[in-house]
Amino acid sequence: MMGTAASTKGGHIDIRDVSVSFTQNGVALDAVSGVSLDVKPGEFVSIVGPSGCGKSTLLNIVAGFLDPTRGTASVDGSPIQGPGADRGVVFQQYSLFPWMRVRENVEFGLKMQGMCRSERQSKARTLLGLAGLLAFENHYPEQLSGGMRQRVGIVRALATGPQVLLMDEPFGALDAQTRVVMQEILTHMWHQLQLSVLFITHDIEESIFLSDKVYVMTARPGRIKAEIPIPLPRPRTADMTSSAEFLAIHHQLKALIREESLAAMGGELQDGGLGRDWHLGPEGVRAAL
Amino acid sequence: MASTVTMRAVRDTDALSAGGAAGPAPATRVPSVPEEAVVPALAPAPAVAAAPPPARPRPRLGGALRPMLMNMVSIGLLLGFWYLATAYRWDFYIRFDNVPTPGEVFGEALRLLGDDKFVTNIGVSLWRIGVGFLIATVLGVVVGMLCGRYALFKGLVFPALEVLRPIPAIAWVPISIMLWPSTESSILFITFIGAFFPILLNTLHGVASVDTVLIRAARCLGTSEYALMTQVVLKAALPHIFTGLAVGMGVAWVSLIAAEMISGQFGVGYFTWEAYSLIEYPHIVVGMLVIGVLGLLCSGAIRLAGKILMPWQGIGGKENS
Repeated sequence: MMGTAASTKGGHIDIRDVSVSFTQNGVALDAVSGVSLDVKPGEFVSIVGPSGCGKSTLLNIVAGFLDPTRGTASVDGSPIQGPGADRGVVFQQYSLFPWMRVRENVEFGLKMQGMCRSERQSKARTLLGLAGLLAFENHYPEQLSGGMRQRVGIVRALATGPQVLLMDEPFGALDAQTRVVMQEILTHMWHQLQLSVLFITHDIEESIFLSDKVYVMTARPGRIKAEIPIPLPRPRTADMTSSAEFLAIHHQLKALIREESLAAMGGELQDGGLGRDWHLGPEGVRAAL
Repeated sequence: MASTVTMRAVRDTDALSAGGAAGPAPATRVPSVPEEAVVPALAPAPAVAAAPPPARPRPRLGGALRPMLMNMVSIGLLLGFWYLATAYRWDFYIRFDNVPTPGEVFGEALRLLGDDKFVTNIGVSLWRIGVGFLIATVLGVVVGMLCGRYALFKGLVFPALEVLRPIPAIAWVPISIMLWPSTESSILFITFIGAFFPILLNTLHGVASVDTVLIRAARCLGTSEYALMTQVVLKAALPHIFTGLAVGMGVAWVSLIAAEMISGQFGVGYFTWEAYSLIEYPHIVVGMLVIGVLGLLCSGAIRLAGKILMPWQGIGGKENS
């Protein structure tokens, strides 16, 4: 199913020198500045960074919701022009169509491609089975738990057979236990379908557990601060998260992000106009804590 | 608008908290036509279709019987007052000496329901409502969706509509008679005008409040602009559209009755006014009651259509409680 053989060849995301500026109250603000990154076919790549660093902005560019002010973004060599079914997107908020049953949600992309009813029905059922959701095919999204809704969201994004999956903090709203299960399901599906995944998160552990490579971003304007390969073997299991290797990477990432979070906080304190005495750099804040 | 909405919301919770499973109770509380009539002219932003606050069933002895009993007492008091006032020809600034008694009205009603001419009047009014309301629905939803989605279209069309909107449908009667070739078409036009604006505004509001994430999700599943409008935006706006339809139906009745009274041939509005001219006073009240019942039935039909077309609505709430 889903042309697995073809998937291994495609799905290369290439972002080159991308900057994004917004104008807010007449002032130009850089959300993202000079970012380059790539996701090779079949690779699982995460972006972590302090909140407001432009992680989601990058994802929106690849999804085609946003054009970069400078630089280029392409998938398999062709520049991105608007959203399309070749890139599946899973959103942070629940984005299922509330008026459609679970199976209809999954079928929607196939319907848009003009696939006939019986064919898309059987395809949707196969995918729902893979995600353990077949029993809920006739439920409305309202009737599902948060974890189940996100699973349906993932299945819906995969139904049209994209080679790229873009995920914007998809498990951010879930409780810790559900999150771990979802990570395992996602890893499983990624492995089966050989997708390229670009995954946005602020959860360090999550990024290590899932990824082949993690990009750390700086505080606004977002730049790439570090590119950390995750050499942990696969398949990964929950008890790996307490291994020495895992913890070492965790420690390294945490330190990098902490620096940026402090920088962001320092900036906020200054912006807040608390007076000269309160002008704290990262060092000052650390001392104050 | 706000007051109507809150009133309705309060009623719903009332019915739910007191009765819970008392099925028919809410149906009897559908706001009747005149109440909704206030709405159109002063309705700028219908912040509606808000789900009533979650009802907490408080188990109580006789919980289901109590509201029914209270309904009966309330209506009984009204009938009692009517009887006393008319039977004893009360006259205290308001004069009841010419008002028919409940008995007279009831007798006439029974007789009229077997009368072909009267039944024709009802049929004509229903037909006018049907046609006027249907055109208003189609135009209101289409224009509302285009305005909600395309800024250019809205910029060109909406200001003109905003100028016309505050004019009550009844104020259109004279010019409508001048504009349209027949009395019939001018009555249809006035009915249409009454229903059009509430439907338009609620559709516009519904389209504007569609969650962006749904549109984005549809976009990256390869949805064309046309499919986006018909299969995503329309569906997402449906709850708001139905609020517009319910309000529009109320205003359509008000407008129709006024038009029939002024320029009419046939119709229950015409019948009621004619009864006054011919000094057949019991017929006036029969006409009023029939208008009320017809309005109620039409609101009920819209509610029912809403339930059938939006089966997903309110499902989550049921599961949780």
